[in-house]
Amino acid sequence: MITIEAVDKHYRATRALGPVDLEIASGGLTALVGPNGAGKSTLLTIVGRLLDPDSGRVRVGGLDVVTAKPRELAKVVSILKQENHFVARLTVRQLVSFGRFPHSQGRLTAADREAVDRALAFLDLEGFEERFLDELSGGQRQRAFVAMVLAQDTEVVLLDEPLAALDMRHAAAMMQRLRDAADELGKTIVLVVHDVNFASAYADRIIALADGRIVASGTPEEIMRPEVLSAVFDTPVDVVEHGGQRLAVYYRPDAVPAAAGTGSASASEH
Amino acid sequence: MSAEASVPTVGAEASARPAAAATTRERRVPLAAIVAGAAAALFAVGLLVWGNPVPADQPGFWVIVQSRSVAVATIALVAAAQALATVLFHTATGNRILTPSILGFDALYTLMQTALVFVFGMAATQVEGVGKIVAQSALMVLFATLLYGWLFSGKRANLHVLLLVGVVLGVGFGSVSTFLQRMLTPSEFDVLAARLYGSIGRGNPEVLPWAALVVAAIAVWAWRRRAALDVIALGRDAATSLGLRYRREIVVLLVVVAVLVSVSTTMVGPMTFFGFLVAIMSYQFVSSDRHGQVLPVAVLLGLATLLGAYFVMQHVFAAAGLVSIVIEFVGGLAFLIVILRKGLR
Repeated sequence: MITIEAVDKHYRATRALGPVDLEIASGGLTALVGPNGAGKSTLLTIVGRLLDPDSGRVRVGGLDVVTAKPRELAKVVSILKQENHFVARLTVRQLVSFGRFPHSQGRLTAADREAVDRALAFLDLEGFEERFLDELSGGQRQRAFVAMVLAQDTEVVLLDEPLAALDMRHAAAMMQRLRDAADELGKTIVLVVHDVNFASAYADRIIALADGRIVASGTPEEIMRPEVLSAVFDTPVDVVEHGGQRLAVYYRPDAVPAAAGTGSASASEH
Repeated sequence: MSAEASVPTVGAEASARPAAAATTRERRVPLAAIVAGAAAALFAVGLLVWGNPVPADQPGFWVIVQSRSVAVATIALVAAAQALATVLFHTATGNRILTPSILGFDALYTLMQTALVFVFGMAATQVEGVGKIVAQSALMVLFATLLYGWLFSGKRANLHVLLLVGVVLGVGFGSVSTFLQRMLTPSEFDVLAARLYGSIGRGNPEVLPWAALVVAAIAVWAWRRRAALDVIALGRDAATSLGLRYRREIVVLLVVVAVLVSVSTTMVGPMTFFGFLVAIMSYQFVSSDRHGQVLPVAVLLGLATLLGAYFVMQHVFAAAGLVSIVIEFVGGLAFLIVILRKGLR
């Protein structure tokens, strides 16, 4: 359970985020969506205590992310940023084993090894354990990083654009695995997604940000509407239903029906 | 894509495999550690007994061995301090190009020594003993921590900017030192020079045990923290997510590096590329980048390199004074090669 109270963050004079109040209930997959610069990643990194808010409080699983002991926090919430470049040369197993550091402080017990093996298996990395990260494809490497975060075995998992740089097949497979992690392992997963259609297809809940504020939040059915998306992204968006999925279509603004586009003009006021 | 393929139960059969699977690509004791350790021991013994003018069965033999042991211990300490300092510095800064010396740690030491003599005159040289060395080291550590702690924190931590700032600071410290030295009286300058350009031949047996204690304590500390050091090397975001107080860890590491550099510089004067040479060699030779492997290999390689260099220069070329020049030459070449091959990363 994540509670965000009156959090805001400024960069120089401009407000990057907030004030934001938000509660994210335990379990399920929550997607943060919004245009570039909306504050999605800022919000996620503040919750993941990689960035201190200027004001406000964030609590995850009852712990205040600024004041709680880092070691205790690391057993409750883990975060994976988009860019991960390491100086050291690591094998997949070494990387995933780092996820056990909060629990074992580096001395892996049998239980830790089991957790590492489970995470490797969960992300289909068996057979790659002894490969170095720089010997992997982008998709495999991304899976290895997610496996590390899952091995950390925290209740809350925060992922900043886990689909960046993945092709269609790998992006869909990654979302499916995250869905499984939420369903089978009972994780609370919060992720920033660039493509709203992935959020629509896999998330339980979508939170839309624009200009540093939460402008809409709800189930995919509630958010995946032409007027809501057009307002959030400030561009004409149509929503079609296909095979039970709601899909945003926005590739040619001039081809979006006027009825969908009208939401933009009225809603973008705020 | 099918959910069935990735259910966690698959992990049960994977975990049935022996835990040794984790180490198939890393040896428990790296080969490089064994070779370097043996070479270091060989050169140390060689330096102690080789070319001893007194036959081994006479008591005079051991007198000479004893007097040489000060030099050997000094070499060993400096090598260990430089190796540890460079590897820890690389870990703290998240790069493998910069070294404490390139960023002006040595020049800072020189400046502080010069300033001490400049401000307090000959009085600064009257006080001798451990207390003064501790006070000097404390000052050095304070300055290095404030300066580099500030440099490495926050958004400024761009490698190119750091390198530039570090080099400029280093040169700046050097110039200020030179300026202050010009204004010293010849006798003060003489005292200062003796202190700045320490050499292995003029090892100070009084300081040696204390320096050894400091280096040994840091080595033990680093060894016990090796798992945390591995995590720190992952960088700020990953280390924080894994529960470390990253900023505090970095400051502690920089303090430790400053202590090691000041110990080494106190004993033999500035060395710019030796630590770098040893560190990149150990990264090449170990099969895994874990600190549990890199740190011992770096220390042993440092010992083997410096002891070996002295042995060869003393007994083959009869030019022991040139050791630091040769090492700096080779280290500088290695530095250029690494920069040209890998670029600033």
